[in-house]
Amino acid sequence: MDSGSLGWVLISSALVLFMTPGLAFFYGGMDRRRNVLNMLMMNFYCLLLVPVLWFIVGYSLAQTPFDADFIGGFDSLFLKDITVAGDGAALATVAFLGMFAAITPALISGAVADRMKFSAWAIFVPLWLFLAYIPVFKWVYGGWLGQRGSIDFAGGTAIHVNAGIAALAAVLVLGKRKAGGAPPHSMPLVMIGTGILWFGWFGFNAGSALAANGQAAQAFMNTFLAAAAAGLAWVFVEWMRDGHPTNLGAASGIVAGLVAITPAAGYVSGPAPVLIGLIAGIVCCYAVKLKSKFGYDDALDVVGVHFVGGLVGSLLIGFFANPSFFDGKFEEGIFYGGGAKLLVEQALANGAAIVWSFVITLLIMIALKKTIGVRVSDEAERGGLDLAEHGENAYHE
Amino acid sequence: MKLITAIIKPFKLDDVKDALRAAGITGITVTEARGFGRQGGHTETYRGAEYNIEFVPKVKLEILSTDGDAANVCDVITKAAATGKIGDGKIWVSNIESIVRIRTGEQGPDAI
Repeated sequence: MDSGSLGWVLISSALVLFMTPGLAFFYGGMDRRRNVLNMLMMNFYCLLLVPVLWFIVGYSLAQTPFDADFIGGFDSLFLKDITVAGDGAALATVAFLGMFAAITPALISGAVADRMKFSAWAIFVPLWLFLAYIPVFKWVYGGWLGQRGSIDFAGGTAIHVNAGIAALAAVLVLGKRKAGGAPPHSMPLVMIGTGILWFGWFGFNAGSALAANGQAAQAFMNTFLAAAAAGLAWVFVEWMRDGHPTNLGAASGIVAGLVAITPAAGYVSGPAPVLIGLIAGIVCCYAVKLKSKFGYDDALDVVGVHFVGGLVGSLLIGFFANPSFFDGKFEEGIFYGGGAKLLVEQALANGAAIVWSFVITLLIMIALKKTIGVRVSDEAERGGLDLAEHGENAYHE
Repeated sequence: MKLITAIIKPFKLDDVKDALRAAGITGITVTEARGFGRQGGHTETYRGAEYNIEFVPKVKLEILSTDGDAANVCDVITKAAATGKIGDGKIWVSNIESIVRIRTGEQGPDAI
């Protein structure tokens, strides 16, 4: 790795780290004021626990050997043999991928908001990391799904579809909130969180080139465009449908666009990011209404934004992938004369990730429910999780 | 001695404070309040879901006065807080048994 690339990967790692606090504010602002600290803590807890687990065994299971079909082994326990020797690329990669491992379980927190016991979350995160995140990550990157020909540039399938479908499984076991939904307690916090997320997402997507090169620059540009186009689409759909252009619509659209471009960022060019963004913005704006139709209580729309957005972006690769532009080793999409082969592989990869993650998450949640319980008491739910679970209040006089 | 309690629209607070000060009132207590009356609430839409915001933000003022001043205080607040639209608020006056100024221990009307 040349020094420019090493610099970019290290900076990108810090950018991705910053996304978790960004996500915490994005979710925290949407949450009730009596539960905002619980939401922040669910997110920050991932930043405390996952790096340590990643160091001990997570990286080893996820990456070594790279071509393991289903799961890696223990060759790099405690990062054995990963040193500063050479150019530092190995260490930088461990750090970069560790940031992704930290934010992925954090994505699920938005669904379980307002009622999940923190002790249950504390155990859910490591179980889900090892049983759902790392296996699916391995299948997609170097494992059997990747070997078959599906592609996922920065984690559409491995991260957003994976966490999004897990969010659905989690809330099905957890049950609905007693007091139902509520308007966001602080829209300015939501907007700050959205800005941080967008900023950090340049590291997430453009950093995933793992080099300072043309593909990184295109991924950067795609991240810029898709988020804007999706935000625009969401705002205009709401404006026409509900009568107002809302801040929450802009924020939700931006995040939906970022999610959708994630798997495609290094594989598409030209107008593709704008089209992917527009499609994701419109589809996700309607997808967040699925919860009232089907009756699952996904508090902050992790399913509607991350699962649906990730799936949309990942499947659209099957249409927009352009290997000749990147001089890349992947199949052409339908619009570039490649036929349906890539689209079929994308569908298969997402299908496999969905089934695995959904079933595993259900089992984890059922096991937790039968042992320590997954819900706070009625009193804590009505009085607020901040005080009951953390002994803190977000807003004092 | 009287306790005058007024519920007014939040944006009228400065006008009411200035008018009371001009009328010689030396102290008021202000609380941010929420409530519903004939004005009702409104709906807000987030991600396409409508929420009824039933409680409207209001400001509650509390003013102590002598029996003789109370009518004038009510009059001043009424003039300063009125917009003529629904939701302007209410004023009510209650009798007070005793008042103590903590710093000096003064009691009764002297403590107002």
